[in-house]
Order: sequence, then C-alpha cells, then structure tokens
Amino acid sequence: MSGPVLSAYRVTKRFGGRNACRDVSFDLWPGEVLGIVGESGSGKTTLLNCLAGRLVPDGGSVAYETRSAGIVDVHHLSEARRRLLARTEWGFVNQDAREGLRMGVSAGANIGERLMAVGARHYSEIRGQAIDWMARVEIDADRLDDRPTTYSGGMRQRLQIARNLVSNPRLVFMDEPTGGLDVSVQARILDLLRGLVEGLHLSAVLVTHDLGVARLLTHRLMVMQGGTVVEQGLTDQVLDDPQHPYTQMLVASILPV
Amino acid sequence: MPDTTIQDTLPQDGAYNYAYLDEQTKRMIRRAILKAVAVPGYQVPFGGREMPLPYGWGTGGIQVTAALIGRDDTLKVIDQGADDTTNAVSIRRFFARVAQVATTTHTGEATIIQTRHRVPETPLTDGQILVFQVPIPEPLRMLEPRETETRTLHALSEYGVMQVSLYESIARHGRIAKTYNYPVMVNGRYIMSPSPIPKFDNPKLDRSPALQLYGAGREKRIYAVPPHTPVKSLDFDDHPFEIETWTESCALCGSTESFLDEMIVDDDGKRLFVCSDTDYCESRR
Repeated sequence: MSGPVLSAYRVTKRFGGRNACRDVSFDLWPGEVLGIVGESGSGKTTLLNCLAGRLVPDGGSVAYETRSAGIVDVHHLSEARRRLLARTEWGFVNQDAREGLRMGVSAGANIGERLMAVGARHYSEIRGQAIDWMARVEIDADRLDDRPTTYSGGMRQRLQIARNLVSNPRLVFMDEPTGGLDVSVQARILDLLRGLVEGLHLSAVLVTHDLGVARLLTHRLMVMQGGTVVEQGLTDQVLDDPQHPYTQMLVASILPV
Repeated sequence: MPDTTIQDTLPQDGAYNYAYLDEQTKRMIRRAILKAVAVPGYQVPFGGREMPLPYGWGTGGIQVTAALIGRDDTLKVIDQGADDTTNAVSIRRFFARVAQVATTTHTGEATIIQTRHRVPETPLTDGQILVFQVPIPEPLRMLEPRETETRTLHALSEYGVMQVSLYESIARHGRIAKTYNYPVMVNGRYIMSPSPIPKFDNPKLDRSPALQLYGAGREKRIYAVPPHTPVKSLDFDDHPFEIETWTESCALCGSTESFLDEMIVDDDGKRLFVCSDTDYCESRR
C-alpha cells in the first residue's frame, strides 16, 4: 500500500456561469478521514458528488486506486465499471436516509441488496450477514424484517451505514451523516462511525457544516468558501489555530454551551 | 358449432388489408420480432397500433399474430387455458374473418397459438409459435418506476434489486410467494417477465422447441424466446424454485399433472378442481 486511495486534481464544477467548486486538489490516504467544512452553498456537496462520480466535473480529474485494477480515472470509467465500483468498493451515506435506503422493503433486504447485486444467492447466509450488521450498528435483531418506514431517524441513519458497509468498501463518502438528528443520537452515530472507520481501516470523505463532528471524526480538514478551498491542514491545527479570516469566523461562531 | 363453419359464414372483409394491419405496419412489427429473436429476452420497442379492442384485451398479442399469420396457418387462441371464453372466441373469429385462416382448439394442430395466462399442457413441437399477451413487459417495473433506470439496469445486467424482491417475499411469507408472472433469466443475460402465466408453466418455457413471442400493446414492446433457449426461474440456493402442486385431481379427466382451477359449484361452498387447459382435459376424457 503506497499511494493515496483517492486523488482529486483541480476539480471544477460550474452550474451555469457560476463556479460551484473551483480547482480543488487533494490526496486521501488509506485509513484517513478527510473533512470538508464550510457554510451552506460553499460547494461541499457538489465536490463530494464529483468525487463519487455522481456529477461530472467541468474540469480536473479524480483518480481512485482500486483493489485489483490499479489506479483508474473515475470519470473515464465506463458507466458499468463506475456503478460496480460504487456498490462494491465505495459507500455513500446521504444526509437523508430515505435517499439511501429502499423504504419499501425490510431492513434485512436493504442490508442484503449489495450482496445480492454481486451474486449472493443463499438466503440464510445473506440473512446471517444482515443480522451481524444490525448488531454492529446497534439495531435490535428483531427489527430485521421491519421496514425502515417504521424506524426512527437515528435508526434509519444507522441502517444506511450498515447497508453501505456490508460490501466491505474501502472508501466511504458521507454527506452530513448526522444532520437533522438530535444531539444524543448524533453522539451515538459519531461513536459508531469512529469505531467502524478505525476497525475496518476505512478511508472516508466527510462533508459537514458541524465543526464538532469534524473535530471528532476527521484527521484532516478542508475549509471551503464560495467554491474554493481557503484553508486545509490537520483538524486540530485548523480548528485551534485558524489562519484564514473565514476559518477564524467559522470557529468563532460555534455557540458555547 | 365447429370453427370451420364459422369461417364459412363470416363475411370476407374487402375493406381491410389481409390480417387487418396494413403491410407497412406488419413489416415494422416483423422487424421488431426479428430483433427480439436475435436478442432473447430484450424488450424491443415498436410502433403499436390502435386495434379494434381495448388495451388489456390482447392488443399486443393480436398485432404479433397479425404480422405473422398467413393463409396456411392454423390458429388456436386460449384465455386462461380455455378455448371457449369470450376473449379467446372473439380473437379467433377476428382472424378467421380478416385473415381467412383455419382455426382449431387442438394444441397439436395449431401453427400459431395466441395465449393469455397459460402455456398449453400438451408439449409444443418444432415449428409452432406461441404468442403471449403481455400487460406489463418490464419485470423491474414494480421495483424501479423510472424507465430510463430500468433500461440501464438491463443494459448493465444489474439485477440485485430483483433478488431483493424475492428476499423480501421469503422474509415476509417464509417462501417465495410469487405465483404468477414469476421472473425468469433468459439465456443467462436478460431478466424477463413471462407474462402473467402461473409459475407452474415456467418450466415449459425452458428450452421449448416452439418459438415464444411476447407482445405488449399498451407498453409497445415485443420480446422473444427463440426455440431451445435456456429459461431459468430466479430463486435462492436454499429456497429453490418450486411449482404449484395439488392434492386433488381433475374432476373431469382425472389428471394429476395439469394446472387445476378451483371452482365453487354451489351455495354451500362445495369445491371442484378441473383442468384449466380445456383442450387437454377434453382429449383425456
């Protein structure tokens, strides 16, 4: 294991004449969690979608080191390869769990979908893995056959995480995974994510506007404003000694408890 | 009344082209059929026409039959296995009138069999064509509402979601509870809806010597299974595909091997099981 898992080089995306993100470059190393912070509209989610191959950038490139086939350019892969990558080696955790889950089928089927998509055809084994993952994300196994519509927000988010991690990905994209949840539920999910990321040696790109979340989960931080990265560095360094005026403002605007 | 006399007494309609559709339309449909045969299980779009019967009554099947039929053909039409239901009789009369073809109720004598909801019990042979009427050609429709997405899923052979639906069925019912329109994998490539035939008939599709053509009139799709093509019903290793079984036998012919309809015969709820395939049943009595 030598090079970075994911390298972005001058990624640029425009909507109309407006830059949503401009010239973003970084390397993500194995086992590293990179945080992207900034206010609403600063281009965080657009960047994440470009990285995950969900949006095609207008400029720049994204390289990913696959498990078996070496380094590939995400946006020059065939659609078939990219979709295969997205459901085997990658995970994507949406802010709204409803977008990432199949709400019409049971939790077990949600977790098992990726396994079945790559050819698992043994019902009991799929179910066994689903039960195993329910335990790992701390959902009672007796909720296995319930639909996510009957779950609370926090449980849905944990189910979405399980559904993504069941295929044993090496890179997970997370878009505000704790957004819209109350503080105690947030804490549990952060705890869970931290444990999983370390235990599975995952690399992750985490988009958040919550500096507390960034402090807890990420190793490195990029601060975005108006589509460009204004500051980046180790998380503690950026948060404790912000250099750029915007970062200083961002850090200073955290409400004291 | 035997069908030959029906044909003799019907007026020969000079106002319509042979077999109702104009030649250009038949040619377009034949092209779609050829493509469908070349890519087994792939849904080929075609310019479906208005037919003189409502959508859902077999407009797709009728157009396929009209494009194929010639004066030498012998047509059999079945609806739920029966030759004598309104839909079957109307379509048979329609072709007797517009295409002057011989019609029959005997599976063995027919060259083209248009069917709704059943495959005949009598094994089909080389040279026969089975035309299915299909209401919803897209097997993934209830799982994925977007047509652009289902086409992509077919193109990339991404069929995890279909397996998810079977998983869900076992999780909820303890077994795969789907009994009709049971999804099949054609030639190891495309997942196909076999039209609403009971899953009892699915094994008859596998490597059948007859050509199977599927026409969906409302959705304007044609797809096909060429003779001797492998057709596999989807399942799990530990929940294998199974067909329906009955403890009863047919009350009329005593068959224990055919698909049985359950009928309630009086106000006390007395039940009777009879073959759904009327021709098969009659031939055994």
